Amino acid sequence: MKKVYVNEDWCLACHLCEFYCAAANSGADSMIKAFRDGKKPVPRIQVEEGSEVNFAVQCRHCDEHPCVKGCIAGALSVSDEGVVSCDENKCVGCGTCILSCPYGCIVPDEEAHVIRKCDLCVKNHNGAPACVEGCPNNAIVFEER
Amino acid sequence: MNPLYEVVRNPDRCIKCRVCERQCANEVHKYDAELDKMISNEMTCVDCQRCVCLCPTHALKIRPNENQFRENANWSHQIMDEVYKQAGSGGVLLSAMGTPKQYPVYWDKILLNASQVTNPPIDPLREPMETKTFLGKKSQKITYDENGKAHYEKTPYLELDVPIMFSAMSFGSISKNAHESLARAATELGTYYNTGEGGLHEDFYKYGKNTICQVASGRFGVFKGYLDAGAAIEIKMGQGAKPGIGGHLPGMKINDEISRTRMIPKGTDAISPAPHHDIYSIEDLRQLVFSLKEATNWEKPVIVKIAAVHNVAAIASGVARSGADIIAIDGFRGGTGAAPTRIRDNVGIPIELALAAVDSRLRDEGIRNDVSVVVGGSIRSAADVVKAIALGADACYIASAALLALGCHLCRSCNTGKCNWGIATQRADLVKRLNPDVGYKRLVNLVTAWDHEVKEIMGGMGINSIEALRGNRLMLRGVGLTQKELDLLGIQHAGE
Repeated sequence: MKKVYVNEDWCLACHLCEFYCAAANSGADSMIKAFRDGKKPVPRIQVEEGSEVNFAVQCRHCDEHPCVKGCIAGALSVSDEGVVSCDENKCVGCGTCILSCPYGCIVPDEEAHVIRKCDLCVKNHNGAPACVEGCPNNAIVFEER
Repeated sequence: MNPLYEVVRNPDRCIKCRVCERQCANEVHKYDAELDKMISNEMTCVDCQRCVCLCPTHALKIRPNENQFRENANWSHQIMDEVYKQAGSGGVLLSAMGTPKQYPVYWDKILLNASQVTNPPIDPLREPMETKTFLGKKSQKITYDENGKAHYEKTPYLELDVPIMFSAMSFGSISKNAHESLARAATELGTYYNTGEGGLHEDFYKYGKNTICQVASGRFGVFKGYLDAGAAIEIKMGQGAKPGIGGHLPGMKINDEISRTRMIPKGTDAISPAPHHDIYSIEDLRQLVFSLKEATNWEKPVIVKIAAVHNVAAIASGVARSGADIIAIDGFRGGTGAAPTRIRDNVGIPIELALAAVDSRLRDEGIRNDVSVVVGGSIRSAADVVKAIALGADACYIASAALLALGCHLCRSCNTGKCNWGIATQRADLVKRLNPDVGYKRLVNLVTAWDHEVKEIMGGMGINSIEALRGNRLMLRGVGLTQKELDLLGIQHAGE
């Protein structure tokens, strides 16, 4: 399955991926509308910054997927292709998945009281990972490995 | 002093993502938490357009500052600013890239021919079209033995799949990632890039067969392994942007890698002398040409690069007789990482006139085939390439255009070392911004596109080989040029 991979050599910590992700998953049809009136939609990708090395972190859609196993509400599921996604209508915001994810890839949305996680943009209008398209330095790629 | 530029931020579009703030090495943008607003300090803005290009909501615009001193045709805003700057610093003004002054661009005053009716044009998509070029001495005499086998003097040469090479830019003046992009692009394109006077980084020896190794007056990074690594050796006598002076890489840019590559102590200024201290005549130049040939077992062609100056034709004639295989001429609009402003803006002559003069002179003296002629110094498009070849060049050097392909926006601040595009900088966090995987593809795209255009233009003329275009000045006509200019260029006026 094609997944999103990050190459820390080229990550500039510009954080554009976060904004493209948040906008793509906000339901709004433009970034300006997504962030209108001080709204701060939660991105499913997060840049970890160090003094020399930076990289973006998002769900690896791992084979073990402890988040799915631990989900108390049955909100997290794995598709036939292996995409781990969250049904936000079912999510109760308990945070079990956040604790069980070994990669720290799941993000709480405090306002909506649900979790947000990367689903490779399969459900939103973007259709292809917005972080990959928005990265100015090819530090994030979407490929088969 | 007033800021040169004004940052215009559209509040309806700005989402305060702070990308501009993170991407500006000049620290123009800042988020003010108290105001919950992005604010700008325009004093340090160089109009590199990095923030504009990366702003995800296109909220930014950089405009020239509308504030003006009292209008004066003689004392322009810029001239007054420069006086203030020097009154404050007491120093020589430095500038980067090619001169922005309004000198005539003769390429834009030359028009190309096309075939109609009697000599039909050729469609390059349907018929073969040759842009392969060989640089080096062309054998004057070919004899055939009784079996029909040709015999001629074999001399080393360069084989170019496209008549375009990447001009000299040193590791130091540009970043390692920029060099890697050029090296990989040259390899894929079947052409050459040039190390400049900064030596060859140990990681790039593998691109040796597409590398021209430069030997300049400072002799930085020159040793046997370096000379052996490349496909050709270039002796740099002068540079179009700063004829008569040598390069200067400030000590702050000499980090571990550059110090190792240039073989100079870390943190020391790398100052190339104005002359080669062992070259004061054509005979001296001949000695260096032959020394370099001897050192590399007579296997590599030697290029001599000169700046286009007043007596360029006579100088080129001397260079041709010095044993060099290729002469590279750099016009005064050529770029640089740093040059004294007054020299960049006032010294040298246009490459078009220099090329025409050199080609004519070498033909008149019957030594044109002893050397190939490569020209650089602001070759901006495929049309410039075609015009240069028709004026008599064998190939072109491009550098500013290559940097544009890598993201350069010609803000002309290379000398500050804070290139936001990761090109003319050695700051690790900025160098990272140029990913060679992206950069080399863009260079390949650019040159491939130009090659297509060269073929299209040649096809229109009914010419199917670059050899038949070379020096074919009948394909050129001038517009709006004086008789003197036409005579110097050796072309007729449109309508003639």
